[in-house]
Amino acid sequence: MFVTYLRRELRRRMRQATFIALGLAVGIGLVITVTAASSGVKDAQATVLRNLYGVGTAATVTRAPTAGSFTRPGRNFNFKPGSTVKIDQLTATGSLGSLEDTTVTTIAKLKGVAAASGAVTAANVHTTFKIPNFNSGSGGGGSPPGGGSGNSGSFRGPGSFSAGNQVTVNGVDLSTGGQPLGPLSNGTLTSGRTLKASDANSNEAVVDSSYAKSANLKVGSDVTIGNTKFPVVGIVKDSSDTDIYIPLARAQALASMKGKVNTIYVAADSSADIAAVQKEIRNAVPGSTVTTSASLASEVTGSLSSASSLANNLGKWLAVAVLIAAFLLASLLTMAAVARRVREFGTLKALGWRSRRIIGQVMGESVAIGIIGGIAGIALGFAGAAIISSVAPALTASVGQTTGSATPGGARSFGGAGGFTPPGGGGGPARAAANASQTVAVHLTASVTVAAVVLAVVLALAGGLIAGAFGGWRAARLRPAAALARVE
Amino acid sequence: MYKLTDVRKDYQKGRGTVHALAGVDLVIEDGEWLAIQGPTGHGKTTLLQMLGGLDRPTSGTVEFDGRDLAAMRESEVTQVRAASIGFIFQTFNLIPTLSAQENVEVALVPLGTGPAGRKARASAALESVGLGERARHLPSELSGGQQQRVAIARALVKEAKVLLADEPTGNLDEGTRDDLIGLLEKLWRDRDLTLIVVTHDSTVARRAQRVGSMRKGRLSIKQDTRPAAP
Repeated sequence: MFVTYLRRELRRRMRQATFIALGLAVGIGLVITVTAASSGVKDAQATVLRNLYGVGTAATVTRAPTAGSFTRPGRNFNFKPGSTVKIDQLTATGSLGSLEDTTVTTIAKLKGVAAASGAVTAANVHTTFKIPNFNSGSGGGGSPPGGGSGNSGSFRGPGSFSAGNQVTVNGVDLSTGGQPLGPLSNGTLTSGRTLKASDANSNEAVVDSSYAKSANLKVGSDVTIGNTKFPVVGIVKDSSDTDIYIPLARAQALASMKGKVNTIYVAADSSADIAAVQKEIRNAVPGSTVTTSASLASEVTGSLSSASSLANNLGKWLAVAVLIAAFLLASLLTMAAVARRVREFGTLKALGWRSRRIIGQVMGESVAIGIIGGIAGIALGFAGAAIISSVAPALTASVGQTTGSATPGGARSFGGAGGFTPPGGGGGPARAAANASQTVAVHLTASVTVAAVVLAVVLALAGGLIAGAFGGWRAARLRPAAALARVE
Repeated sequence: MYKLTDVRKDYQKGRGTVHALAGVDLVIEDGEWLAIQGPTGHGKTTLLQMLGGLDRPTSGTVEFDGRDLAAMRESEVTQVRAASIGFIFQTFNLIPTLSAQENVEVALVPLGTGPAGRKARASAALESVGLGERARHLPSELSGGQQQRVAIARALVKEAKVLLADEPTGNLDEGTRDDLIGLLEKLWRDRDLTLIVVTHDSTVARRAQRVGSMRKGRLSIKQDTRPAAP
C-alpha cells in the first residue's frame, strides 16, 4: 500500500514533483560539476607540481642567498686585441643559496622523511666574443663589453659577440640509487638510458627531448658544460625546464659547489605528514625555505590559478546557494502539498492511521523525489564535467621564481633566449634568475569521483528528508477533527 | 456501547468562547440506530467527533465499551478508531489517487492485515455494497452514490461495531439517497451495527430507532421507537 500510494501520489503531483526534482537535480548537478572541476584543477596543479618537483617529492629545501655570499667562479682572461674569446661556464642558480651537502643527511634522518636527495641547479653559459683592436688610453687592461668599468681607451676595428645557448643544468644525486628524487624522475626516457649510480663521477649527461631537438643532439652526441664534454647517454621527455641532467658530483665540481648543494628534494613517509615534515626541516635547517606542494600551489599564477579560484570560490558558493534554494523550494512545495491534502490525512487519521505512518508516507514521497532529483543531478553532473573537460582551454600555470622561494625543478637562469650578460658583469645570471618564471601548460580534465557521487546521493536523500520532515511535521500536527472540518 | 456524561466542548472564537456542547448526557446501546438532527452550528458534528474519538471534550466523559475515550492516550484512541469505529462523511473523503478497491484496503492498513487478506476482504466489502465490478475505478470515475458506497465499504471492511455517518446523503439526489439509506438499514440489521447518523434530512432520520435534536449544544430525544426492554 505504501508504494502504491506513493507512486499514485507522485503521479498526481507530477508537475510539482518534477519541479522539485529538477531543482534538486540542478543543485546536485552543480555540486558534482564544481567538485569535478575542483578535482580537475587539483589534478592539474598536481601535474604542474609533479613536473616541477618530480615524482614522489613532497617538499624541496632551499636557502635564500645571503648578501655577498654569491660568488662566481673567477676566470682570468688574457685578451689579445683582435682575438676570439670563448667562455663556457656553469654557474649555480643565483637565487638559491648554498647548503652543505651534510644537510641532506640531516634531513634524511628526520622523522617522517622517507628520503632526501641533494641537487645543484645551475645555468651553463656558452659565449663567444671577438676582442676588437684596442688603443690603450689612460686606463689599464681590457674589459669585455658589458663588464662595465670605464676605460678611456678606444676601440679600433670591428668587435663581435655571440651569445650562444645558455642551458639549465641539474646535478642529480645518484647515490640514493634507483629512481632519484627530483625532476629527472618525472621524465620519460625516449632513447638511451638514464643516469645510474655508477655514473656518479662520470661525465655523462641525459638531455631533455626539447633541448635535444633544438640543439640537434642524440644519444652519443656531446654537450659541453663548463668547458667539459659530456656524452649524451639518454634523452628524456619531461615538462620541467631542465635541459641537461648530469651527475651531482660533476655539477658541484664545475659550478665550484664542492660539498654543497642548492636544492634538496624530500620525500615524505606519507602525504599526511608533509606539514609536520616541513616544520621538522625548518627547525633542523635554520634559515631554510621549505616549499611543499601546498605552498607552491599558492604561488601558481596564470589561468590555472584563475580556474582554481573559480572552482573553489565562485563555483563552490554558487553550488551551495543553488542547493540551499533547492532544499528550501522542495520543503516549501512539500508543505504546500501537505496543506492541500489536509482532509486526506484527516480521513486517514479517522481510519486509524497513526501520525508516524502518515509522516512516513509524506517523507517517502519526498525521498523518492529526492532520489529522482539525485539521479538526474548525477547525470547533470557527469554532463557538466564532460562539457568542462571538452571545452576547457589548455590552462597555463606559472610559478614565479623569486629569491627565497625556489622552483625546485631546476631554475632557468635567463629570462629569454639570446640575452647576454657576461660572467662577472653587473646583475648577471643570478639576477635574471631571480625574476624568471616557469610556465607549464596543462589540460583541465574534470572527472567525477566516487566520493562526488556518494555526496550527491547523500545530498539527494538529505534534500528529500528535509523536505519530508517539514511536510511530515505539518501533517503530524493535524488534529483529525480540524482536518476533517477543513473546507476544500 | 456509549455512555456520555455531562460532555462539554468549548472553542475559543476571537475573544469569545463558543459552547459547542453544553453538557450532553447520552447512552447508546449496542445495535441501536440513532439519528441526530438540528440546525447548522448547534453541535451535531462536534458530538459525532466525540463519539468517534476524533476530538476530546473540554469536560465530561465519553465511555466506549466502558473505557473513557477522553482519558485515553492518542495512540489508544487511534487503535479504537482503527478496530471498532467506521466513519462516513458527507463529501465521501476517498483518496483520489487510489482505486475503489485500494480505498477500502486503506482501512485495513492500521490493523496490520497482509496484502492478500486486504485484497480479499476489500473485494468482499465492495461486493456487499454492490460495487464488485467497479473495484478498479478511481473515485473520479464513480458517481456520488457509488463513492458513498465505497466509503461505506471502507467503514465496514474492518467489521466495525459502530458506524458514524455525518450527513451521508447530503450530496446525493433523492433516488440515490433512498438506495443508500436502504443499504445502510440492511447492513445495520444484518451486521447488528450501532449506527449513529447526523442528518438534516427528516426522511433519513425517520428510519432511525431514536432521533435526537441538538440545539445550542444540548441534546434532546424527540423520538424513540426502540422495542421496550423486557
